[in-house]
Formats: sequence, structure tokens, C-alpha cells
Amino acid sequence: MLLVFAVAAALWGLGWVLDVPRRSRIGVVAGLFLVVICLQLLLPDGHPVREMTGTSPALWLLLAGFGAVAVFYGRFVSGMRAKVLNAEREGPAKPGGAFSDTELERYARHIVLRELGGPGQKRLKQARVLVIGAGGLGAPALQYLAAAGAATIGVIDDDVVENANLQRQVIHRDADIGMPKVFSAKQAMEAQNPNVVVRPYHRRLTEEIAAELFADYDLILDGSDNFDTRYLANRVAVAQGKPLISGALSQWEGQISVFDPQFAGPCYQCIFPEAPAAGLAPSCAEAGVIGPLPGVIGSMMALEAIKVITGAGAPLRGEMLIYDGLYGETRKIALKRRDDCPVCGAA
Amino acid sequence: MKIIVNGDPREVAATTLSELLAECGYSGRVATAVNEVFVGSSARIDLALADGDRVEILAPMQGG
Ligand SMILES: [Zn+2]
Repeated sequence: MLLVFAVAAALWGLGWVLDVPRRSRIGVVAGLFLVVICLQLLLPDGHPVREMTGTSPALWLLLAGFGAVAVFYGRFVSGMRAKVLNAEREGPAKPGGAFSDTELERYARHIVLRELGGPGQKRLKQARVLVIGAGGLGAPALQYLAAAGAATIGVIDDDVVENANLQRQVIHRDADIGMPKVFSAKQAMEAQNPNVVVRPYHRRLTEEIAAELFADYDLILDGSDNFDTRYLANRVAVAQGKPLISGALSQWEGQISVFDPQFAGPCYQCIFPEAPAAGLAPSCAEAGVIGPLPGVIGSMMALEAIKVITGAGAPLRGEMLIYDGLYGETRKIALKRRDDCPVCGAA
Repeated sequence: MKIIVNGDPREVAATTLSELLAECGYSGRVATAVNEVFVGSSARIDLALADGDRVEILAPMQGG
């Protein structure tokens, strides 16, 4: 075995003296090792040449394995270094879908994710997302979608920021009290990420405008605070075949699901055919809500949105996740379509 | 019979899902799941419960 190393070293030294390029010298030495491995594998046990070159192929194969790992690691490290250096070079935002150096740096932690990568970030850069409600759920959903680089974010809400909202609606600030929530949210999102386009709609989502509004977006997030809006958003999303990410909460508990008619799953009304009688399902204002709960569910909505947009992982399609904050429990149930559903049932 | 309702074990007299809803004081307008699978309202009367079943009773929530 030592003999082989000696020959390899001699070849390397000779190449260095004769000024042979490094690449060719690596090739020659690799060729030598390959020949030795072949000899070890082909010659019978005890053959003199085999004795001379190290008796067993296993050791050589092991060495080859280590060599391969070292080469791949080296490539990986230098590749990552090149990526980081690239990202560090500043540059203006490039139109037409290509990322500027600043954007590459900003989204570097996304781009290194195997499930997202450059293609996923590019899909985000082309995504048009509508968020219904700029309240507790909308606040983190909007902030994270803007930070994540979703291209166009629409937000519809007819409320103004109130003092009592600020215990949980973290996109708004004390100085925003009295301002329409959609404008306060727009300011915060643009301050977070100037690359996103925010479209604020300071009005209630109604039957008259819903279809036209939804048509401008690929994906709808429902973080509204009343059943009328929830059923309306579901009807229009089903009619247009658009995924609806629905989050809701009460006191200490939240629910989240992705209703996506394109995947033959159920819709919101399959699961909840009727709203409870007025007064039986209190709103946040009446029942109270623990401040960080909308942060949990709203952030999950943004995460599900990113998964739906980029195709990463498995969104909560046909599933509902229940988060019980008071006991720190999550439960998940499989949902089913109802054939007699008036919204999505077989017609 | 011992049934787990919304994560809490409890002793119940009900033998079907619809009886359980009545026993726990729920009106009809809730979504239900048994052992993590959704059960539509029309299937509740016939759905017999077994000891140790995990039942989820979900009231629709409007809060956002
Ligand atoms: Zn349906």
C-alpha cells in the first residue's frame, strides 16, 4: 500500500517539476488509484501484484469514499461562499422578475431552504395575495408576507385603529389611532419591505365588490372578524377556484385551514354549514382574546400562504389545525367535503 | 364510557355522537370529528362511540 502512495507522490512531484497543470496532475493520481482498485477487485487473493498494492479492496474503497466526501464538501463550501459574496454586492432592484443583489441578500435565508430556493422566492415575487381584515390575524400575516417578499398584497378592512386593538394588532402603533387600519398597515409593510406593492381597500367586503376584487389575486387569506364576511369570502373563492386560507380565533383557541377547491377538498361551508345564532359565537370584542394568539394563527396563515404559493411541503388542505393556547396543545383533524354543500357540492 | 372531548378525558353516558353533543350541551351548529376524521352532521345519529374515542367538537369562530 505504501508503494502506491510513493508512486502517487512521485507522479505529483514530477508533474510539479514539469509545471503540469494541477488539474491534470489530480487526474493522473486519481487514475492511478482507480487502476489499483481495479487490480484489487479483479486479481485473485494472494496474487503478488495484489499483495504489493495493499491486499484488500475494502481499504481502498473506503479511502476513495473519504476522498469523494472531501471533494463534495469543498465544492459546497466554495459555492456557499460565492453565493454570500454575490449577495453582499449592493445593486438597484431589477425589474422584470430578476432579483437585485439587495433582494438576494434580503431573501438569502429563504433561498438556502431546499424546499423554497431561488424558484420559490421567484414565485413569491410574482404572487398576488389578498388579506381580508387588518386586525389581529391580518397584522402578522401582512407583516410576514411583506417581509417574505410577496409581490402584491391587497388588504381590505373598513375599521380604523382603536386603542383597544393595540394589545394584539401589532402592525398598528399608538400614533396610528384613528387612522384607517389598511393605511396604517400599508405604512408598516412598506417600512418593512419597500419591494412590495400594497393595495389598501378601506371598505367592507361586500357581495357587490367581492368577485371583482378576488379576480385580481391568486390567493385569499381570511382573517375577518364576522361570519357574514367568512361565508361571502368562501363563496367567491370557491366560484373562482382560488385557495382560501382561513384563520379564526376565540379567547385562547384558534383554528386554521386551507380550503382549496382545486384539490377537491371541502370548503368552509362544508365544515360549518351555518353560522351560530347571533350571540352564541362572541367576537373578540365581546369575549376577549389573548394577545399573542392572533400572532400564532396569523403567522401560520402567512406560512401556509408561502407553501401554497411555492409548492413547498404540504399545506393544510383538507385539514384543520386547532391550537389551544391555554394548554399549549395542537390537534389536527381531517376534513371532508359534503356532497350536499350549497357552495361547492356537486351541482 | 371514557371519551376524550377536545383533548379532555371525560366519563359520558352517551353512546352515539349526537347523544354526546346533547350531553355536553352543544347545539347543532358545530363541526365534529371522531378520531381526527370529520363527521358531517347527518352522520352523527348513527355514529356509535367506542371507549377511548377522541372527539373534537368545533364551534365556528368569527374572531380575527
Ligand atoms: Zn362546500
